[in-house]
Amino acid sequence: MDTDRVIEEFRENHKDEVIEVYKKSEKRAVITVRPEAILRAAEYLYKRAGLRFIIASALHTKRGFEIHYHFSKDETGLVLNILVILDKENPEVESLSNMFSASNWIEREMHELFGINFLNHPNQEKLISDGNWAEGVYPYRKEFK
Amino acid sequence: MGKQTLIPIGPYHPLQEEPELFKLFCDGEIVKDIKWETGYNHRGIEKLSEAKTYEQVFFLVERICGICSTSHPFAFANAVEEIVGCEITDRAKYIRSIIGELERIHSHLLWVGLAGHFLGYNTVFMWAWKYREPILDLFEMITGNRNSYAMFRVGGVRRDIENNKIHTIRTVLAEVKKKTDLLTGAVMDDPVIHARTKGVGILTKQDVLDYAAVGPTARASGVAIDIRKDDPYAAYPLVNWKVITAEAGDVFAKAEVRLLEMYESISIIEQCLTGLEKTKEGEVNVVVKEIPEGYGAGRAEAPRGEVFHFVVSDGSNSPARHKIRAPSYVNIATFKKSCVGQTIADATISLAAVDPCYCCTERLAVAYDQRSGRKIMNAKELIDLSAGKTSELKKSLMKRNE
Repeated sequence: MDTDRVIEEFRENHKDEVIEVYKKSEKRAVITVRPEAILRAAEYLYKRAGLRFIIASALHTKRGFEIHYHFSKDETGLVLNILVILDKENPEVESLSNMFSASNWIEREMHELFGINFLNHPNQEKLISDGNWAEGVYPYRKEFK
Repeated sequence: MGKQTLIPIGPYHPLQEEPELFKLFCDGEIVKDIKWETGYNHRGIEKLSEAKTYEQVFFLVERICGICSTSHPFAFANAVEEIVGCEITDRAKYIRSIIGELERIHSHLLWVGLAGHFLGYNTVFMWAWKYREPILDLFEMITGNRNSYAMFRVGGVRRDIENNKIHTIRTVLAEVKKKTDLLTGAVMDDPVIHARTKGVGILTKQDVLDYAAVGPTARASGVAIDIRKDDPYAAYPLVNWKVITAEAGDVFAKAEVRLLEMYESISIIEQCLTGLEKTKEGEVNVVVKEIPEGYGAGRAEAPRGEVFHFVVSDGSNSPARHKIRAPSYVNIATFKKSCVGQTIADATISLAAVDPCYCCTERLAVAYDQRSGRKIMNAKELIDLSAGKTSELKKSLMKRNE
């Protein structure tokens, strides 16, 4: 019930930006949004709906680069994934790190391992391989062997 | 800005299971800024996982952390079982929770010991680690290993806990409870520990929300999040227990939360043992033949907070993508809040307070003057500085009492 309300309110607030909604169960749902809407979506979830940012998972698939932003509604146990699908050749998306610090490291990590560019990130430096990894080689992409 | 001294803690030091480097920028005694460098031990486990079968991944993720080695298989099992959509047997649920809670007790005891060591209280260190031993012995009896228990699989657990072992577990737990009383009394009533930890390394509620901190780090700042209650799994919805919180957000509050949590863990295990007696021996597995295509988000409350595993299955026998987020990933970042403004002597305990996976590595910390490059202080002196502050306080308290 509560999950339906969260999804419905999200839809209300992001009318033209929601591409697809998939509710798997009362505790798991995936909402696909347009990449340019991610900052507004995250701001709504964090500031107005009171959800906690867990982490983001990047995926390299046939569709291009996908990022699942996992949010948790701790009162009900809901894990809400906000999915954005980015361009194959030039993956970039707005950074969330100016809003909350929790995404700072994971965005740096995704930048480093997948080569996804986060626009307006406060310090998009390397997180784990500073000074010991080649530039422009992204080990978590599918073509990397 | 005046002249600042850089104090590196690391890259090899006992605060983390992996080598990591904290750069403390200090103005005199006061820490003004902190920077973090890591990646010394990046093993690419997420990528490795894509080349393993689901059965093998359990052994892989168990090796992410040596202390909370069951929390990762726990979260992974929850994620895969969500994709499959299978319900495990009650007995398997009880066994999973028993393993999870035993691990919490031994991990919290380990933390109390190390926190004591950092404050110069080596007696607490030795006591806590001595009392941790019987728990590890229990693990050996139940699983065959003192660490890395290899108990989990998709659809249940690998080994049953036979009913004839329940009595031994109860006896050991009763003993551990007594020792926990002793330790809690010693830590909570000690005026010197109060002086060293109260008001030190404070994280406010807003900091916790900003950094999305989890586990005891969040609960000590009054944010009552606990996956065992919020998104119940295994046997946690079948037993009675409460989430421990504190309000102050300082090091003392974090210690308090952990110590009191141990009582909850003991109570959970006792209830699970009663549950075991009611179920049939050997019924610990359901057969899972295939992992269908889909997403699964698995969560488990490790001793340090929420472990999150996101598994994408393409219907083959290994994950197409496996994202892992350990609790320290979000908790360590809060150092930027808790350490800045503290003295160097308090920085060690502030860093230790979030219980970043301590482990095997050796400490190599040398303080040097950024301009001249001259060495000022080494690792031992840094610890001595912290221990020295405690003994000074002790003396002044003794004098006041005379």
